[in-house]
Amino acid sequence: MDQGATAFAILAAILVLVPLLAIFAYLVIKGIGSVNLAFLTQTPKPPGEAGGGMANAIVGTGLILAIASVFGVPLGIGSGIYLAEYGRNRFGDFIRFTADVLNGVPSIVIGIAVYSLIVVRQKHFSAFSGGVALGIMMIPTIARATEEMLLMVPNVVREAAYGLGIPKWRTTLSISLRTASAGVITGCMLAFARVAGETAPLLFTAFGNQFWNLKLNQPTAALSLQVFTYAISPYDEWHKQAWAGALILIVMIVGAVAAVRLTTRGSLKGA
Amino acid sequence: MGVGIEVHGLNAWYGKNLALNSIDMSVPANHVTAVIGPSGCGKSTFVRCLNRMHETIPEAYAEGSVKVGEMDVYGSGSDPVEVRRRIGMVFQKPNPFPTMSIYGNVAAGLKLNGFRNRKQMDELVERSLRLAALWDEVKDNLHKKSGASLSGGQQQRLCIARALAVEPEVLLMDEPASALDPISTSKIEELIFQLKQHYTVVIVTHNMQQAARVAELTGFFLMGSLIEYDKTEKIFTTPADKRTEDYVTGRFG
Amino acid sequence: MSDSVKPMNSPEPLGQLPKPVTSMPSLAKVEAGHRAHTPSAVLAKIRTSHPRSSRVPDQIFGVIILLSAISVFAIVVLVVWELVSKSQLSLHQFGLKFFYGHDWDPVNGNFGAMPFIYGTLVSSLLALVLAVPLSVGVAVFITEMCPQSLRAIISFLVELLAAIPSVIYGLWAIFVLAPLLRVYVEPFLAKTLGWTGLFSGTPYGLGMLAAGIILAIMIVPIIASITREVLIAVPQNQREAVLALGATRWEMIRIGVLRNARIGIVGGIILGLGRALGETMAVTMVIGNTPQIAKSLFAPGYTMASVIANEFSEATGDLYLSALVEIGLALFLVTLVVNALARLLVWSITGGTARVRA
Ligand SMILES: Nc1ncnc2c1ncn2[C@@H]1O[C@H](COP(=O)(O)OP(=O)(O)O)[C@@H](O)[C@H]1O
Ligand SMILES: [Mg+2]
Repeated sequence: MDQGATAFAILAAILVLVPLLAIFAYLVIKGIGSVNLAFLTQTPKPPGEAGGGMANAIVGTGLILAIASVFGVPLGIGSGIYLAEYGRNRFGDFIRFTADVLNGVPSIVIGIAVYSLIVVRQKHFSAFSGGVALGIMMIPTIARATEEMLLMVPNVVREAAYGLGIPKWRTTLSISLRTASAGVITGCMLAFARVAGETAPLLFTAFGNQFWNLKLNQPTAALSLQVFTYAISPYDEWHKQAWAGALILIVMIVGAVAAVRLTTRGSLKGA
Repeated sequence: MGVGIEVHGLNAWYGKNLALNSIDMSVPANHVTAVIGPSGCGKSTFVRCLNRMHETIPEAYAEGSVKVGEMDVYGSGSDPVEVRRRIGMVFQKPNPFPTMSIYGNVAAGLKLNGFRNRKQMDELVERSLRLAALWDEVKDNLHKKSGASLSGGQQQRLCIARALAVEPEVLLMDEPASALDPISTSKIEELIFQLKQHYTVVIVTHNMQQAARVAELTGFFLMGSLIEYDKTEKIFTTPADKRTEDYVTGRFG
Repeated sequence: MSDSVKPMNSPEPLGQLPKPVTSMPSLAKVEAGHRAHTPSAVLAKIRTSHPRSSRVPDQIFGVIILLSAISVFAIVVLVVWELVSKSQLSLHQFGLKFFYGHDWDPVNGNFGAMPFIYGTLVSSLLALVLAVPLSVGVAVFITEMCPQSLRAIISFLVELLAAIPSVIYGLWAIFVLAPLLRVYVEPFLAKTLGWTGLFSGTPYGLGMLAAGIILAIMIVPIIASITREVLIAVPQNQREAVLALGATRWEMIRIGVLRNARIGIVGGIILGLGRALGETMAVTMVIGNTPQIAKSLFAPGYTMASVIANEFSEATGDLYLSALVEIGLALFLVTLVVNALARLLVWSITGGTARVRA
């Protein structure tokens, strides 16, 4: 019995890690062959034709994520500051609960809401609406991480600042938040990684585009959307490109997660 | 240059609990005044009322009159942040800003209060570190080392330098040496002795020898009241109050 | 400021103490010559650069921060509002019948969501059946058995599993998992378990089974990380108490650890369920997207999230769109309840310390 259980736990660990390794292996094996200069610099070719690339989607993803960050990071950090520095009360608990609710909303539902709020009013699918959808998804993660990190800043540090005659707003931004910055940045990067590959909320906001677009109020390509479209298409040429796009996407995301892991290893001790 | 402190009818509460009961005390400029008494008698509360740090604790508040030089600390137009700028404070546990360099720590009060002149700032940082007797130990690592990397005693002197950099008129110290080893403690005591040339110093201590060594005046607190306040020598040799005598002769809490 | 407020109750015990000696002691007469020094130039400078009181900037800051906190609430309200208002048409047209109607016929304007609800429930439950033992196994392995040196690595790898985007799971499932199922797994299941009726029919590869498996892989990190935190929260003395009774290691884990942690583990499982219910892309890519209720897991199906993903931007007509939004509303409400339940359970164990990610 004892051995059986041990064996099961080990087996479970292996079974969980096999898909992970398999996915990474396939991404590299199938993707690397199609990542070339054309892939990185050209727009898609019509179905069935060889060549072409995802340059517009890579840039589009960058654009959408930039909008998402501009929107989500300040609101996330702001609400995190509220929860930690002002929100030790009923209303704070309520906001905390609301943030958890928002965190649990399926991403496709966020897509519907942003569609009716922005796309319908603008009468356009747009990079902007896609960015807002992803930005909304970043807020709860960043808020809770910011709160948690600010609470780890010892109160004596705040007292030192107040004792110097530094006003509360200054103390919060330049002392507390700065002390917690490593953890807050981690939270932002994790939120970023979480939304970078999101597809569902972009389906009817950013929508996708076969051509270049840098305008905020126009439909925009995104890597994740492109991978989806190509993966479910019947063309072999597009399947290859889907793997290549996925590889680039995962490199971006794992890069962000790993960077966070490496840079924050020792730096939380100071807080 | 230090200024005197006049306290009249000072009461302080934590929620519904009265922690200071009608304190009257007159602290002369450019002297070291010690505040002694058993643990929990309100020493910290008292000094924290002098620069309105008390009210940063949720539900805590104080009333009464405190005048620091010309400044009416609890006057209706008074701004607590302005008050704290003019009254330096050193806490029981050294609390340097963990992510800032040594220089950054000392300059923090200046920078974050909008002081921009780089050259003057360098001078003030050096002067403050010299005053705090830390300059020689850190001058080569001002920007390289973080404040948190110093030893406990050095950290506390860094905190003193940080408080001095904004040139306060009064320096409040709440058991500044209680977390330190004997050598660091003696350094801090020496320093306090030097500081009184420039500042009015109020120091809280539960160590009676320390009060006797550094302070000209001593006030004895018990259960939120100021029991006796006199020249240190008098408090320790011929106190007027029986309770003071019990405390200084060790028959008490 | 609160400093001028008088408390209701007057202080009793302290009042009896006599007035202290407060007159200035004699040595306090300070020599006037000492005071030649001018008041601080630095403070004077700071004061002129900050002529105004600190209260106004502090208040402005407080308002900005409060507004960003309120924005979180406002977003949730807006989301709910849009879902409710845009689904009115369908709500009125079909009422409760919407949820048990089997017909999804956009051409004739007839909308019943049952096939999608069925697909969502079956794929999520299938995912739980597969994921729960694996997740608990991994968590036990990490906390109780794993050598210290491996612990961080395995935790990191499991965390990495959570960072892979849904669309990449979908891609992998289409081209790797589905062929594997079609060629090896499904024929084998049909042969051995075909009599149950759950594994019969043509093995397409794509279908309910593929969706359940890919969902299982995706929710393992959620359940495993919560379970791990809950296991860590079990006090050491619980373990020792069981060991001291002469229990083997497995008995210790079963009695001393898992039993103490079971409420929290259930919380983690429900949280995983919440994620599975709302998961869209990977499922959409492998489930086959056919609105039907079939007993066999080999058969294609459709989920609530998938039908929104596939049909929303092409839906013509207000009623069609409204019906899709109503599915979204239902999905929102279900995940809300499920997540709330999960959090209550997890918090009751870890006292709110566990970092809950969904
Ligand atoms: N943050 C606080 N909240 C509530 N009561 C407090 C707080 N700090 C101190 N007190 C109470 O006020 C009284 C005086 O405390 P304090 O001034 O810290 O004493 P001392 O510094 O002399 O040890 C004590 O009875 C203590 O319990
Ligand atoms: Mg104290």
